[in-house]
Amino acid sequence: MRHILSILLENEPGALSRIVGLFSQRAFNIESLTVAPTDDNTLSRITIATIGDDKVLEQIVKQVNKLVDVIKITDLTERKHVERELLLVKVVAMNDKSRTEVKRISDIFRGAIVDIGKQIYTIELTGSSDKLNAFIETLNNETEIIESVRSGCVGIARGEKALRV
Amino acid sequence: MTKELFTGAEMVVKALSALKVKYIFGYPGGSVLDLYDAIFQQDEIEHILVRHEQAATHMADGYSRATGEVGVVLATSGPGATNCVTGIATAYMDSIPMVVLAGQVPTTLIGNDAFQETDIVGCTRPIIKHSFNCRDLADIPNVIAKAFYIASTGRPGPVVVELPKDLLIPQNKAEFAIELDVKMRSYNPNVKGHPKQIRKAVKTINEAKKLVVYSGGGIVLSDASELLTTLVETLKAPITNTLMGLGGISGTHENFVGMLGMHGSFEANKTMANADVILALGARFDDRVTNNVEKFCPNATIIHVDIDPTSISKTINAHVPVVGLVEVVMQQLLDELAATNFTPDEEALADWWQQIHLWRDMRHVGYKQVAGEKIKPQRVVEAMYKITNGEAYVASDVGQHQMFAAQYYPFAKPRQWINSGGAGTMGFGLPAAMGVKLAFPDKHVICITGDGSIQMNIQELSTCLQYNLPVVIVALNNRSLGMVRQWQDMVYGGRHSSSYMESLPDFTKIAEAYGHVGIKIDTLDELDSKLAQAFSIKNKLVFVDVLVDEKEHVYPMHIRQGGIDDMWVEKGVKA
Ligand SMILES: Cc1ncc(C[n+]2csc(CCOP(=O)(O)OP(=O)(O)O)c2C)c(N)n1
Ligand SMILES: [Mg+2]
Repeated sequence: MRHILSILLENEPGALSRIVGLFSQRAFNIESLTVAPTDDNTLSRITIATIGDDKVLEQIVKQVNKLVDVIKITDLTERKHVERELLLVKVVAMNDKSRTEVKRISDIFRGAIVDIGKQIYTIELTGSSDKLNAFIETLNNETEIIESVRSGCVGIARGEKALRV
Repeated sequence: MTKELFTGAEMVVKALSALKVKYIFGYPGGSVLDLYDAIFQQDEIEHILVRHEQAATHMADGYSRATGEVGVVLATSGPGATNCVTGIATAYMDSIPMVVLAGQVPTTLIGNDAFQETDIVGCTRPIIKHSFNCRDLADIPNVIAKAFYIASTGRPGPVVVELPKDLLIPQNKAEFAIELDVKMRSYNPNVKGHPKQIRKAVKTINEAKKLVVYSGGGIVLSDASELLTTLVETLKAPITNTLMGLGGISGTHENFVGMLGMHGSFEANKTMANADVILALGARFDDRVTNNVEKFCPNATIIHVDIDPTSISKTINAHVPVVGLVEVVMQQLLDELAATNFTPDEEALADWWQQIHLWRDMRHVGYKQVAGEKIKPQRVVEAMYKITNGEAYVASDVGQHQMFAAQYYPFAKPRQWINSGGAGTMGFGLPAAMGVKLAFPDKHVICITGDGSIQMNIQELSTCLQYNLPVVIVALNNRSLGMVRQWQDMVYGGRHSSSYMESLPDFTKIAEAYGHVGIKIDTLDELDSKLAQAFSIKNKLVFVDVLVDEKEHVYPMHIRQGGIDDMWVEKGVKA
């Protein structure tokens, strides 16, 4: 099963490499990983999307927690949460027909065209990873994707629950 | 008033003094010469110059295993630091508190492939508890204090501190401030077991008919053997130790059924396999203990006490997990047992012990020594035991000799048995023994070794002379990489691929060349007397080279992929 793990850790040099190293050393899977300082810039927050059964997940959570730099880790997928990912995608938009079509699709998905070239549109879209996948698939049917980049997912628990020091 | 300023090198030494360090084990080089200069100009801390940095790590490790203190290593950047890698991994696998101070090129050169630049923090990342890149001179004291705190608390382990040269040089100075009472928001190891889990554990123990206590290195590391003995005597249960846990309870205690696992005793493995409740204390269900995990003790309810949550339910699912310091949790268990008026079920106990005695009487740990034939290695260990009254510190290398020592030298106390269990590092024995001897100069310290292992750090004979470390080296010389040869006999159709040594040196002459005493023993008749002679020489290192039967195998031995009690008990005989 897919899990989204949120990790709060010291914003120290080398802290990220310990997390990444741990995953490769113990053959844990990383589907995506994002990292940035939080509102308190002594702290970093990492979001990792990973796949594994309950036993593997238990080990991942424990092993990450054991790292000296890590303050907290939670599995967001255990409860209600909001999950978002950002996509930037550059597609071919050669003529009126294809421009209209790309615009129409991106409107349906609530994307925004953020750059226009002679023959290209660049679209920005946020949403769940599933939504991004569906968008890419639809675009693929209509036009040609030249380049795409995804942020990897970030997430936050719904309600009062907060990941803080 | 102007505050006194110090160089980084002086700060390192001051910080180590503040942490009550007595010895540093190390080897100099370009990046740490300022530090060596600072060490030269004080006399609180003694530096022990080894002959290879790997030996410095093992020596610090042996010192730590015997005393419980943090072992301190100092190495120069690049090759000096990489030479420490095996020793760091060895300490990591056995949870030994160690701080390794590694030099580094100046911060201005880091990343340039400068002379003797190696990213030692990167190299050691998977084999350390934590590491620090020091980048500011004023941080040095607190980084070192943190390193010691992390290394020695919770589940102990090695910590690497990288010190770039420009932080140590005389031109740069800062004020010295150190906080010895370290607090870290991201690191607060659990101490007490959860009360609910304690109650669950005691309830499970109360319902047990065939309880076994299985204890490991955690007991030794936390000096909890008295409490363990009390607990075992309260429960009247059988107890088995892991290779790392030997001495956790006296090897001659009547409840002790021997070591368990791959080369464990027949009765220990049988007792485990037939138990209905296993109380695991500071042990981690290592694959050398469990054999095939699918077949591991299927009928047992498992209570697992460990300081490290990752050890719990990693290989074997724990029904009652208890995270906490083992000595604290054992006291909690004893209190809860008392509070619930625990009385052992005498009838069930009698049946259980009767069964265990039957297994014990089969005496499957055994060997046959025939007069006039080659000396059996087991016989040598038994002789060592007698001569030293069972009171020696025994540091071991890795191979058959290690298993024979574990089986035939019942350790009375924790910290008496010093071996590389998790990593199985050949070359560990001699430097580890030296570390022990440094700590306890008046005690018998034996290095039990093989003709293969001893050659992996034999250069340390020179260090022994320099610092007067008269350990007794007993080499069970079978002219082979015996443990490899045994596997080749059993699994590879007797094809001895690269497992014997046709060009062995005369070890006694090597010892003599280094300024020590060499004694060769090759017949049974002279074994006891010559060994006694070796142990009577107090002020000189003695290298005893005992020529033993090269065909001897270590038994019992797990049958691969079987259950914990599927064992070969002698050549060609299954239990
Ligand atoms: C550094 C290292 N290399 C290789 C091994 C694999 N190994 C395990 S036991 C052994 C043979 C050891 O030979 P010796 O020291 O003579 O001991 P014996 O088994 O003969 O008693 C070897 C090669 C190891 N444990 N450590
Ligand atoms: Mg040998």
